[in-house]
Amino acid sequence: MKIEENNMSKQKENKLTFFTDWKYAPSPEATDHIRLQNQYELFINGKFVKPNSGKYFETINPATEKTIARIADANEKDVDTAVKAARQAYNKTWRKMPAKERAKYIFRIARLMQERARELAVIESMNGGKPIRESRDIDVPLAANHFFYYAGWADKLEYAFPNRSPKPLGVAGQIIPWNFPLLMAAWKIAPALATGNTVVLKPAETTPLTALKLAEIIQESGLPDGVVNIVTGFGATGAAIVNHKDVDKIAFTGSTNVGKWIQKATAGTDKKLTLELGGKAANIIFEDAPINQAVEGIVNGIFFNQGHVCCAGSRLFIQESVADEVIQKLKDRLETLIVGDPLDKNTDIGAINSKAQLQKINDYLKIGKADEAEMYQSNCEIPKKGFFVRPTLFLNTAQSHRISQEEIFGPVLAIQTFRTIEEVIEKANNIPYGLSAGVWTDKGSRIFNLTSKLRAGVVWANTYNKFDPTSPFGGYKESGFGREGGLHGLMPYLKF
Amino acid sequence: MTYNFKDSPTIDQVGIEERVARFNTRSIKKDSKVQALKLALNMIDLTTLEGKDTEGKVKQLCYKAMHPHDHLPNLPTTAAVCVYPTFVKVAKVALKGSDVKVASVSTAFPSGNSTLEIKILDTTLALENGADEIDMVISRGEFLKGNYNFVYDEIATIKALCQKHKARLKVIFETGEISTLDNVRRVSDLAMCAGADFIKTSTGKIGVAATMPVTLVMLDAIKDFYYKTGIMVGMKPAGGISSAKSALQYLVMLHETLGSAWLNNKWFRFGASSLANDIILQLEKEAKGVYFSKDYISID
Repeated sequence: MKIEENNMSKQKENKLTFFTDWKYAPSPEATDHIRLQNQYELFINGKFVKPNSGKYFETINPATEKTIARIADANEKDVDTAVKAARQAYNKTWRKMPAKERAKYIFRIARLMQERARELAVIESMNGGKPIRESRDIDVPLAANHFFYYAGWADKLEYAFPNRSPKPLGVAGQIIPWNFPLLMAAWKIAPALATGNTVVLKPAETTPLTALKLAEIIQESGLPDGVVNIVTGFGATGAAIVNHKDVDKIAFTGSTNVGKWIQKATAGTDKKLTLELGGKAANIIFEDAPINQAVEGIVNGIFFNQGHVCCAGSRLFIQESVADEVIQKLKDRLETLIVGDPLDKNTDIGAINSKAQLQKINDYLKIGKADEAEMYQSNCEIPKKGFFVRPTLFLNTAQSHRISQEEIFGPVLAIQTFRTIEEVIEKANNIPYGLSAGVWTDKGSRIFNLTSKLRAGVVWANTYNKFDPTSPFGGYKESGFGREGGLHGLMPYLKF
Repeated sequence: MTYNFKDSPTIDQVGIEERVARFNTRSIKKDSKVQALKLALNMIDLTTLEGKDTEGKVKQLCYKAMHPHDHLPNLPTTAAVCVYPTFVKVAKVALKGSDVKVASVSTAFPSGNSTLEIKILDTTLALENGADEIDMVISRGEFLKGNYNFVYDEIATIKALCQKHKARLKVIFETGEISTLDNVRRVSDLAMCAGADFIKTSTGKIGVAATMPVTLVMLDAIKDFYYKTGIMVGMKPAGGISSAKSALQYLVMLHETLGSAWLNNKWFRFGASSLANDIILQLEKEAKGVYFSKDYISID
């Protein structure tokens, strides 16, 4: 067997074929049970109110390009009203409420989310393009779990931080991205409420719907008016929150460029700040890894949520001795990925979130080709309408390629090989980002060696993209600062 | 081909289980389901391996294999019937003129605890009686001791006998006894290097039989062997697969791991006795829109 193996790279490849007349049955999730309005207002002080701006924008389904609803566009005045409502709620009710009562509200929100999980999942997939399998099995349950988890901390803060008398900050301004709309809202709101803060949250302009459904849930939960306010809009709305004088804390998840601007804008103010920004994670495969499972990990690492994941394993490093094998398997595995209707239960990769993002990804494909990296795409069919990209590999990339350096935020993987452990550590760290990394090896000591040397907030070993409310998440370097999730996730919302 | 156990990669059990969970979420309904159910029926090795087997029972089983359920048009036959060596002749006569193959267990099935001489005699008996396929068991005790050469030689010896009679060789690992997924991978590689035409999970005689994780590890081994050598090897999960739904999940796993070339009974079999009737029940349900009484389905 050894002999054949050594000659493998020179022989013709024994390729698998996946073409058959046996097709899986289309299985679109029903949408008749969801309740959506044609127009959504701003959620301020416990009520849905018309925007002072009088302006609305349309939110679409990226898989069909059809409009789903009109959404209020909040201006500075609207943000001011929201912050005032939050301040009033903080002073009059929320800060005075016994912590165990606060916990009950948070717990109730979690329960209501569970009860409406199916509706939330469908809307999340309609508005954001992610496969229903992910919104149903990951986004929504994980979002509810964040509320459950932080409900538990609310009356135990003295035990979490003994002898430090933790106190809430006041009004938290929170700005969240479009890749995990409901989950990011949960990551932000749950710890803020548990620690006794009130909230003004702005969802991303392309994906406001589940946050507005969450507003309905919050209303239904009986949470005192003004404790959570949700204002929709574009960058200007976010800027109004960041610049508002009566906001005590800014929590932002999104692009590094906006993060830098926010840090400048808050410099010299009393505002506390946490940023969770971009990433370009190294996923490292050693020759002793469980190769077939590592291939699944590579696929999960880069194609989860169409690659719209800040911690996506978008740079693959394969040890040279197994590089041919891994790449061959990866190519064959690509053929079995189903790209298409996000609402279909069979779909592995859904729609790209927006036209702008599709354009950006396509630009990077051009850049990669122009830089003479070898592009390989799946032969899968993609829908003619809507925003879709074939899962893509770039082989033979270099550290100096732009596709290896810049965050593409799409289903595009840049592949390099390495020989020694020193080399791969150096290359993995040679990037402005440091959010996450993956290590695949059978050797435990090597895992520990690498986790201490990789400059990344999360290092997954023999798995990828695993999230849990109890586990802190956050970045090094230009991937941001501050941690969300776990005990650490409480700290950014407390003063001691 | 030589085998070195160091060539076998390690297996990550968590990763295997996650992958299996994904196969089970694929949607197989309506036409897609009917097509897959017929395929699954056509992949069955209809099996009777009991001490109380009689010629009469084997004949009935053979008729069932050729006529699973004549009330539905266009049903395929099963792939084979699987019996003890002493019943091969009877089965051969009963199946004459059909495409259904006769498979015989051998090598001191199910434990494999005997000498090589006895195993050769056992296999020769089955082959001379006309078996098209031999389902041998490995010596699990020797494998667990790390005596890989012993197991390899046994398989190679039986393979040589089979080749003489143009019979295909299935090698049964009894994965419930070799227990770890790492062992399953090693024995899969070993058996393929020694010449197995099929690798098979279980005898059906102990508590733990075929599972999806074990089958996935074996399918991955087949894939890797194909990548390296271009030689196709078949897969037979056996025991414990009694529902049509579970069979469909196996087919999804097969298709997404090895591709369309393996999606036929030359390269994939289900070793099962009660699976056929559940498939028939489901096919009738798809045809009539309602479940009907199991009394309408023969129990041979």
